[in-house]
Amino acid sequence: MKLITISGPPSSGKTAVLSNVIKSLKASGLHAGAVKYDCLATDDDAVFRSLGIPVQAGLSGNLCPDHYFVSNIEECLKWGFSLNLDVLVSESAGLCNRCSPHIKGVLAVCVIDNLMGVATPKKIGPMLKFADIVVITKGDIVSQAEREVFAFQVRRANAKARIMHVNGITGQGASELTSLFVNAPDTATLDGGILRFSMPAALCSYCLGETRIGMEHQLGNVKRIKLKQEQL
Amino acid sequence: MMTILEKQIEVLKSEVPQVTDFFSDYGIILDEGGFTLGEYLEQLPEDFYEDIGIDQVTLLENLDGFLSQLNLLQNTEAPKVSEITIIGGHDKTGNPEQVELKLIRGSVTSIVGPTGSGKSRLLADIEWMAQNDTPTGRVIRVNGKKPDPELRFSLEYKLVAQLSQNMNFVMDTTVAEFIAMHAESRMIENAADIVVDIIAQANLLAGESFTGQTPVTALSGGQSRALMIADTAFLSTSPVVLIDEIENAGIDRKKALSLLVKKEKIVLMATHDPILALMAEQRLIIKNGGIHKIITTTAKEKENLARLEELDNKLMSLRTRLRSGELIEES
Ligand SMILES: Nc1nc2c(ncn2[C@@H]2O[C@H](COP(=O)(O)OP(=O)(O)OP(=O)(O)O)[C@@H](O)[C@H]2O)c(=O)[nH]1
Ligand SMILES: Nc1ncnc2c1ncn2[C@@H]1O[C@H](COP(=O)(O)OP(=O)(O)O)[C@@H](O)[C@H]1O
Ligand SMILES: [Mg+2]
Ligand SMILES: [Mg+2]
Ligand SMILES: [Zn+2]
Ligand SMILES: [Zn+2]
Repeated sequence: MKLITISGPPSSGKTAVLSNVIKSLKASGLHAGAVKYDCLATDDDAVFRSLGIPVQAGLSGNLCPDHYFVSNIEECLKWGFSLNLDVLVSESAGLCNRCSPHIKGVLAVCVIDNLMGVATPKKIGPMLKFADIVVITKGDIVSQAEREVFAFQVRRANAKARIMHVNGITGQGASELTSLFVNAPDTATLDGGILRFSMPAALCSYCLGETRIGMEHQLGNVKRIKLKQEQL
Repeated sequence: MMTILEKQIEVLKSEVPQVTDFFSDYGIILDEGGFTLGEYLEQLPEDFYEDIGIDQVTLLENLDGFLSQLNLLQNTEAPKVSEITIIGGHDKTGNPEQVELKLIRGSVTSIVGPTGSGKSRLLADIEWMAQNDTPTGRVIRVNGKKPDPELRFSLEYKLVAQLSQNMNFVMDTTVAEFIAMHAESRMIENAADIVVDIIAQANLLAGESFTGQTPVTALSGGQSRALMIADTAFLSTSPVVLIDEIENAGIDRKKALSLLVKKEKIVLMATHDPILALMAEQRLIIKNGGIHKIITTTAKEKENLARLEELDNKLMSLRTRLRSGELIEES
């Protein structure tokens, strides 16, 4: 079975792109399934279900969805095997720009959109910088020049990724993306698997539920802002 | 790659000024202090790399990729596309599409057919350089040969640039800054000259004039389309320009097409506008997912085009008169 991790900022078009890919996988007779990891709520499971494929959705609540992802992806992989799926796509909400679900040896896709502005690619951390494929959406509503500049910025943040333009609404580019999914490496097990980049150690007192502000309440991994001396 | 690591940072910055921007994207401010690049990156603590979300190896790979892209853009030894050939596949019912159509630089082809007939698919086949691996079974040759499959993912060799009615500028910049940014991404040296040229050309295409200081988001529909066309003509690397329904764009269509032709683009337009369709040398009739017919614009049609244009001008002057508050009463 081919496991594929898809990440990207909120509303970048992950589900829209995947829906088109799933339709084209189905058209070529392959069995696909989807898992969606989100933080507080998601409607994506309903979208995938409406395409007639098996779906799981997991909500991380007060955990970072990517941390939650790593703790649960093995179970989901087993679920995929139990259904004899050919392709299992795992969509996770990229809520924290510092975490990413990408695993070594598993096809990693990052979806971003042209509307985010040219400065965005450099602000997105490992989920973009360690992806194998970067999908850029919403090219239908910006100019050719902006598409070119944006893709150039993506290239600067990740030199090796394949950059694809896909339209989440019309599906233009989706069959081309599907052909890369079909050629993804197989994942037999994640036992012994390794994340492409570590997730930050976010263990401060606030991670543990502290709500009071002030030095005396701060424990563990605390990092201080460096205030610069402004010359007036 | 290794040699660049051994360079003193001062030297590197003066030889390849773009590295400063590259590293600042990662929050790395290259301090000179007598270090070589390699030494400098080596002495940054591990948790610094943790913080910026990349490891040293990947950072160096990205630098390598960035430098080779620079090289590619600056020494345009890029295999120049002089023609594209579309070899027919089959329509939606599986009937063979018996065409072998060559499109050369500086030519204009219109594409007509009802919604859902496969116009966008044909253009997507060209963009993807289809090799009998799309729903149509078409094969695309570039300069008469099968293109290197890796070129599909190359930004530098992207075959198709697109312009359509729904596209707008979304960036928060002025016209001049915007064009300069595009030129920079192409590593163009005389950016300032190009900015002036593009603004001048765009003003020729648009009805109402604008300057380099106008914010791109404040441009009218016609001005935006005019700027997009001029910018594509001068700055896009793509040899094919695909225009999707710009009939109501409020620009001088004839001048727009002739600019693209002058810049040696292969122009394809999906259109239902008879004036645009007849301006092309030929038109493809798309039906049921296949190229059903190729019609070369006839001499008689060219004659009619002149009459259509006269009519169009008449309508245009009526619009102008309406706007300025005149009565349209003559019989
Ligand atoms: N114009 C345009 N809109 C798009 C495109 N792709 C997606 N959208 C729209 O963008 C919105 C968000 O798309 P989704 O697919 O739900 O985004 P997502 O990344 O899955 O969002 P979350 O799962 O909530 O993080 C929807 O309204 C889509 O219709 C595109 O290529 N062009
Ligand atoms: N030769 C073909 N065989 C199978 N499907 C096709 C063929 N040509 C087009 N299609 C499909 O038909 C649909 C409509 O085509 P599209 O190009 O969007 O039409 P248009 O742009 O003319 O409105 C698309 O899903 C496209 O993939
Ligand atoms: Mg989604
Ligand atoms: Mg179309
Ligand atoms: Zn996180
Ligand atoms: Zn915390």
